[in-house]
Amino acid sequence: MTRLDLTCFPWAKTLLRSRWPQFLLRAITLAGFVFTILAGLFGSVVGSHNFAIIFVWIAWWTALKLFFIPFGGRSWCSICPIPMPGEWLQHGGILQPRGKGIGLDRRWPHFLKGSWLQAGGFLLVGLFGAVTLTSASVTAVVLLAIIVLALVLSLVFERRSFCNYLCPIGGFTGLYAQAGPVEVRVKDADVCAGHSEKTCYSACPWGQYPLALKSSANCGLCMECLRVCPTDNIAVNLRPWGSDLGPKTKHRLDEAFLGLVMLASALVDSAVFLGPWGQLKSAAYAIGSLPWLLFAGVFLVAALGVLPGLYAAAAWAAGRLGPSKTTLQNALAHYSQVLVPLGLMAWIAFTISFAFTKFSYVLAVVSDPLGWGWNLIGMSGTAWVGQATSFSLLLQIVLLAVGLFWASRVARRITESARPAMPLIAFSGIFSLGMLWLLIG
Amino acid sequence: MLVKKETLARFLVVGLVLIAVVIPFGGQWLSGRNQPAINELHARMPENGGWSMDTIQAKVGQPLHLHITSDDVVHGFTIGKSDQPALEILPGEYVDTTLTFDRPGKYTFYCNRWCGPNHWRMRGTIEVSGTGTPLALDPQPLYLKLGIDIDSPKAAEAIPSKLASADRGAQFARLLPTYAVERDTYLSTSPAKLWLRLRAESALASLSDQDLWEAVAWIWQQQTTTEAIATGQKLYVTNCAACHGETGKGDGVMVRGLPVWDAGSHTSGDMTPQATGEGRVSPPDFTDPKHLLGASPVLLEGKIIRGGMGTGMPYWGPIFTTPQIEALVSYLYSFAWGYTNLQVK
Repeated sequence: MTRLDLTCFPWAKTLLRSRWPQFLLRAITLAGFVFTILAGLFGSVVGSHNFAIIFVWIAWWTALKLFFIPFGGRSWCSICPIPMPGEWLQHGGILQPRGKGIGLDRRWPHFLKGSWLQAGGFLLVGLFGAVTLTSASVTAVVLLAIIVLALVLSLVFERRSFCNYLCPIGGFTGLYAQAGPVEVRVKDADVCAGHSEKTCYSACPWGQYPLALKSSANCGLCMECLRVCPTDNIAVNLRPWGSDLGPKTKHRLDEAFLGLVMLASALVDSAVFLGPWGQLKSAAYAIGSLPWLLFAGVFLVAALGVLPGLYAAAAWAAGRLGPSKTTLQNALAHYSQVLVPLGLMAWIAFTISFAFTKFSYVLAVVSDPLGWGWNLIGMSGTAWVGQATSFSLLLQIVLLAVGLFWASRVARRITESARPAMPLIAFSGIFSLGMLWLLIG
Repeated sequence: MLVKKETLARFLVVGLVLIAVVIPFGGQWLSGRNQPAINELHARMPENGGWSMDTIQAKVGQPLHLHITSDDVVHGFTIGKSDQPALEILPGEYVDTTLTFDRPGKYTFYCNRWCGPNHWRMRGTIEVSGTGTPLALDPQPLYLKLGIDIDSPKAAEAIPSKLASADRGAQFARLLPTYAVERDTYLSTSPAKLWLRLRAESALASLSDQDLWEAVAWIWQQQTTTEAIATGQKLYVTNCAACHGETGKGDGVMVRGLPVWDAGSHTSGDMTPQATGEGRVSPPDFTDPKHLLGASPVLLEGKIIRGGMGTGMPYWGPIFTTPQIEALVSYLYSFAWGYTNLQVK
């Protein structure tokens, strides 16, 4: 397939090779992260007037799904501040390449590898989401806990173990980065074959070996390999969307689980935050109460039972209908690629529903970040609650339709004939209809 | 060279993080520095802690600056027995007000927006010290002077078979004995009691039961004015309708789904309060004449001043003035007489 290597442009190459632009962005996001925690802890308890709520759950969360992932895959990971303090200690420096710092440098336990914990973390976010998303102090505590956990883990384990195996957002971005239009790959495999030092692998904070990269799921686009390659053999490609999804790429069972958890979370978030059911909202909010336990039970049954059950039935049927026999486990893993475009477009459609109406809060909290009555840029009190327009409704229908069409195309590509694709398309159709009903119905 | 860049990078990171820390704390210090002494008051639903200050100290003649905000829903800030217009307190927004008191004493501030089932508990005190004539103490309520037990109201002994028209009742005015139109009789007697007493008068034997009810309706109408009823209605809609319902049926938004009130549940509050501490029963239906026609104005006034023990009815003594309570009482009777929209002299 066609690729456009950005390193062919001298200016782009300079920007990517230099550590400064990325470092500066990360330094700014780190300061922003610290400020967000302080705002959450000390600012107004009213969410719409607190920088922590508006910037994390409106601005950043929207930007991640509408901009960073669809146009840059894991590009957010390349400027994420969370691993920065830990890496400073781990590397013994902040700008220089990976070096000897402090830390035990242990290997991550094998049984904890994969996306299982990330998917579990995302489930937890969903279970406690109603409070986390509305309470600034809870948001701050969660952010603080995450950065402390990342710091501690980087002192015990090697490289970016937190990002690779624990960060729920890492799981989310990694999964959908497979559909994203950016990839880091080697230019000429033969050159690598003759290079025994593998400086790129030693430099990679993610523990990836560029020559072996078949999927962008675990590449954080940090560009370290590009910077240390002695033969300038690393390409940063723009590529068609969905390039990692195909018959040849290998996939694991935990990817299927992650994909299903994301689909279930999209459904539940749509129901809780956009649905007209007041009792559901209060149940999701009343953590620890009987209604909440009921909500958590239904959520978990949907995420771990109903949706995986439907998917397993579809994957089993697809496996049976195909000409070559395969085990159910292989079918579940292989067909999980269908869940990527389906989930990505569902999350984008979900985001559209609140991004437009709530965006006016962003400037207002820049003007008064702590809700203390400041007016730094003269925009305090300018927030208004927007209305869902027919345009945004139409856009959501189109996005869900694109998701279904895209998932169907992937289903067709990864199955050998049209017949085994049918159950997977049917599964995608049921999910898309469910989303459509929750968003528009 | 590399070391220099690394050092610069470290300084940059630390510097930016320091800026992030300085903005909130430095900003707070800067904005607080040039301000006069300001009392920051946070309004919260009672379930979330109520007013952040229960008591505010002030001095006669010295301005009291209040910087008020809400931490949850829309609240109001207003002061009982004063003409001070109520402030609307929006979540996350700040409202500033300056109050100056010219008489020492205790003033009640309260929320005037129905913020939740315990809304009426959002009350606090402003203690004003200094020289000057202290606020007059409230006179002893009439129900205490007359020894009326307001905790066991009786249902009306008799009620009219259809709505009694005060206008028709006017034609019987000249037949009525003097005591019937006296203020004291009105205050201390329920309409039903007065009707029974008049029924026993031989001079009125020629009047039908309904004629007599209309005469009583006319007596009640004589004791109020259109303005008082309008005032009463305004107070009722703002303060009472949350529970009693706008139409007086006892179906206000705050009591929906609660058991219906009956005379037996009206005790002196020795029952354990609910977890929400409020709203044990729905209030009675004022449009059913057996309730209000059995109650004297003094009894209603007493209930408004002191509240209904154990029923969830709050006390309004520190909030309404005596004329306001009188207006409220005369408006209440309009539910029973059905003259809400009627012209009153």
